[in-house]
Amino acid sequence: MRTQATAPELQLPEKHYLNATYGIRSWLLTTDHKRIALLYLASVTFFFFVGGFFAMMIRLHLLTPNGYLLTPDQYNRMFTQHGVTMVFFFLIPSIPAILGNFLIPIMIGAKDLAFPKINLLSWYIYIIGGAFTLWSMINGGLDTGWTFYTPLSTIYSNSAVAPAVVGVFITGFSSILTGLNFLVTVHTMRAPGMTWFRLPLFVWAHYATSIVMILGTPVIAITLGLAAMERVFGLGFFNPAMGGDPILFQHLFWFYSHPAVYIMILPAMGVISELIPTFARKRLFGYHFVAAASLAIAVIGFVVWTHHMFLTGQSTYAAVAFSFLTFIVAIPSAIKTFNWTATLFGGSISFDTPMLYAFGFLGLFMIGGLTGLFLGALGVDINIHDTYFVVAHFHYIMVGGAVMGYLGGLHFWWPKITGRMYPEWLARIAAFILFIGFNFTFFPQFILGIMGMPRRYHTYPPEFQIYNVMSTAGASILAVGYLLPMVYLTWAAFYGKVAGENPWPATGLEWKTQSPPLTENFDVTPVVTWEAYDFHNRPDLGLDVPNGKGSPGVVAPAHGDD
Amino acid sequence: MQSPLPTFPEQASNFAGNVDALFSFILMTTLFFAVLVTVLIIFAAFKFRRRSEKEVGDDVHGNNVLEVGWTLIPTIIAIGMFAWGAAIYVNYRIAPKDTLDIYVVGKQWMWKLQQPNGRKEINELHVPVNRDVKLILGSEDVIHDFYVPAFRVKMDVVPGRYNTMWFRPTKTGRYHFFCSQYCGTNHAVMGGWVTVMEPAEYAAWLSGESGDVNPAAAGERLFTQFACNTCHLPNGTGRAPSLNGVFGGTVLLADGSTVVADEAYIRESILQPKAKIVAGYQPVMPTFQGLITEEQILNLTAYIKSLQSQPVPAKGAGVMPAAAGKK
Repeated sequence: MRTQATAPELQLPEKHYLNATYGIRSWLLTTDHKRIALLYLASVTFFFFVGGFFAMMIRLHLLTPNGYLLTPDQYNRMFTQHGVTMVFFFLIPSIPAILGNFLIPIMIGAKDLAFPKINLLSWYIYIIGGAFTLWSMINGGLDTGWTFYTPLSTIYSNSAVAPAVVGVFITGFSSILTGLNFLVTVHTMRAPGMTWFRLPLFVWAHYATSIVMILGTPVIAITLGLAAMERVFGLGFFNPAMGGDPILFQHLFWFYSHPAVYIMILPAMGVISELIPTFARKRLFGYHFVAAASLAIAVIGFVVWTHHMFLTGQSTYAAVAFSFLTFIVAIPSAIKTFNWTATLFGGSISFDTPMLYAFGFLGLFMIGGLTGLFLGALGVDINIHDTYFVVAHFHYIMVGGAVMGYLGGLHFWWPKITGRMYPEWLARIAAFILFIGFNFTFFPQFILGIMGMPRRYHTYPPEFQIYNVMSTAGASILAVGYLLPMVYLTWAAFYGKVAGENPWPATGLEWKTQSPPLTENFDVTPVVTWEAYDFHNRPDLGLDVPNGKGSPGVVAPAHGDD
Repeated sequence: MQSPLPTFPEQASNFAGNVDALFSFILMTTLFFAVLVTVLIIFAAFKFRRRSEKEVGDDVHGNNVLEVGWTLIPTIIAIGMFAWGAAIYVNYRIAPKDTLDIYVVGKQWMWKLQQPNGRKEINELHVPVNRDVKLILGSEDVIHDFYVPAFRVKMDVVPGRYNTMWFRPTKTGRYHFFCSQYCGTNHAVMGGWVTVMEPAEYAAWLSGESGDVNPAAAGERLFTQFACNTCHLPNGTGRAPSLNGVFGGTVLLADGSTVVADEAYIRESILQPKAKIVAGYQPVMPTFQGLITEEQILNLTAYIKSLQSQPVPAKGAGVMPAAAGKK
C-alpha cells in the first residue's frame, strides 16, 4: 500500500538526535525536547502497565458475583490505584508530554521549546510525584477512589492517603510547566510564514489544552493540599464535625477534574485532526471551526463541573444551569466529528494503521460523547449516576478516545521518532484486536449501569454476572491488543525498515526534516508558504495533483463533498 | 424479568416511566445520529478509497452553511433533552406536601431506617404502595448514597446535612436498594430491600410488635437528659425561646433575616447553635457536636415536631406570629 517501491536502499541519516551524544548523562541531563519526550514515553508506558495490571485484577475479581480473588480492601485498592495511575500518570501526560513535546517545536519550525530546562524539570517533577504515589501504593495502598472524596479520604480511610495525595500534588506542577512551555513556544517561536491559521490543528489542540493545564491544575493542587492538611494535621476544611463542608471538596475537585477530561481528550482530537487529512490526502474540512471548537471546549469545559454532583443535594436551580451548560459543551465535539467526517468525502483514503486508529477513535468517541448526553440530562442522571453506565461512558472517552488517539499518533509519528517503520500488517491486526476487545470490555458495562449496578462494588447480585463475564472476557482481548504494539514498536525502533523523511507523505513541517531529526530539528529555519494539509500546492510531496485544481491561489468551490 | 440478557429493571415508582421515556428518547436520537455518521464514514471510506499510489483528494476548504447547520440542529435537540431532564429533576427535588416521612441514617456499612411511629429497620424498608414517601437522609460518617434502581431514584447521604428524596411506589414487591456512593471497605454490601406493600398490609406491619420506642417519646427523654428543658421553657419565660409550634414555622433571627424551621435548621441549631441566633436571645446555648448521635438528633427533631400542635406563648416564642410567618 505504501511506498515500498521507492528507494529500498534508504539509510538512516548519519547524525540525528539519538546518536548526537551517548551515555546515561546525555539522557538524564538532556534539554532536547525530543529526548525528553522519549523519557516521558518510557515512564508513561511504565505507569500504563502498572495501571493495566490493576485493571486486570479488577476484571478477574469481578468474574463471579462473590469474587474470590481479592478481599474487599484489596479490591478497593485495585480500582483506586487503577484510577489514580491511569488518570494522573498516564492519560494526562501521555499525548502532551510525549507527542506534544516531540512534535510542537518541529511542527512550528523551532529548534526546541521556549524553556528547554524547565521542560526537563517537568519530567523530574513528574517522576518525583510518581515515586511518592507508587510508594503509597506499595506501603499501605490507597483505597479512597481516585476522586479522594472527603471525609472518607481525610478521616476514615486506613490507607496511605497522604503520600499519594502529595504525589499527585507534585505531579500537577509538571503539567503546569508543560502547559506554560507550550503556550510561550507557540506564541513566540513560530517559523517565518507560520501564521496562527497555518498551524496544524495538533498545535491548536495543545494550545487549548495548555490553557486548561495552567488554569485548572493549581486548583487541584490547592484542593489536595487542603485534604492532606486535614488528614495529617486534623484541620477541618471538609469535616462537618468541625464546621467544614465535604461538598466543598467536590466542588474544588471537579473544578479541575472536569476540565482535566479535556486535558486528556483535546490532544487526542488534535492527533485525529492530523491523521484524517493525511490519510484522506485532503485539507481538513472547516479548519477554522475545528480550531475554534478546541478553544470553545477549553473555555466551556470550566463551567460544567457540578454535573458530577447533581445528587449531592446541591441547589436544584444550580443543577439545572449546569445541566444546560453540559449540553452546550457537547456541541463543539459534535462540530469536530462532523468536520472529520466531511473531510473524508472527496478524499483519497488509505487504510494504513494510523487511519484505522482514527476510524476507531471516531466510532468510540462518538459512543462516549453521545452517552454523555444521558448523564447530562438531569432526569436520567438520577438513575444512572454512580452506576456502571458512568464507568462505561468515561472509558469510551478516555480509552476509546484518548488512548486510540495516542496509539494512532504513536504509529503515525513512530517513523519520525525512530526513523524506522513498524510492521504494517501486524499493526493493523493489533488495531482490530484493540477495537474488538475494547467494545467487548466496556459495552456490557452500559447495560450493567442501566440495570442499576453501582460502581466500585467488589461483590454484586447474581443477575449482573452475565455482563461482567463478557466484560472480563473483553478485557483479556484488550490486554493482548495493548501488549502487541508495545512489543512490535520496540522491535521496530531497532530493526524496522528505514522510513525516510516523509513516508506517508504528510504536509506538516515535521515531515520536512530528516527522520530521526537533528538535535536542532532543522539545518536552516524553514519558511512556511502553505496552509495546513494543503496537498495541492506542495510539489515537494511528489503526488499527482490534477490539472487546474492544484495551481497555487486557485481555491476549488466548497461544494460537492456530501 | 429473568431473560438471559436482562436490561431495564422493573418500573416500580412514579418516576420510572418518565425517566425511562427520556432515556429512550435520547437513545433513539443519538442512535439515529451515530448510525448516520457511521454509515457516512463507511460509505466515504469505500467510495473515496485511494485508487492509485499518488492520488490526492479534492481541494475543499469547508462550507459555512453546513457548519451552521450541524451546529444549530444538535443545539436545538440538546436543549430539548435538557428541558425534559430538568423537568423530571425539579419534580424529584421538590417533594409534594403530605408525604410519609421516613428517617434514613447511613453509616459504615449499614442503613438504619425509622418509620414515623418509631419502628426501626436495618437494611430493610417497608412502604405502602401509591403513597408519596419522603426519605430524610443523614449520615453518621462518610458520604453514602441511597439508590433504588426499580424506582429510578437516588440521593447522596452527606454527613453534616440532611438531603431528602421522594418517590411514590406504584407496584407491590421487593426491590433492591444499594449504596451508590463509594464509602469504604464494605460499600458493596451496604444494601438491602425495599418492600412495597398494600396499605392495609403496611398498617398491620407497622403496628406489629417492634419493641421500638416512638421517636418523639425518645426525643422527649433526650430533651430532659441533655437539659434542653432548662432553657427552652414551653411558656416562653426561659433563657431560650419556646419550641412550641416552631417546627415548620418561620423564625426571625437576630440579624433580621428569617429561616424556616425544618429538619436541617434544627440539626444546625443543635450542633452549631451560634450559626443562627433567634432575635431577642443571647447566644448562650452550648454546642452538642460530638455529644449526640445522628439518631438522637432525629429523635429530638421528632419531639420538636410533636410540639407543633402545642399552644404558642405570646411572648418568648421561637416562631414568628402566623400572619407574618405564612408566605
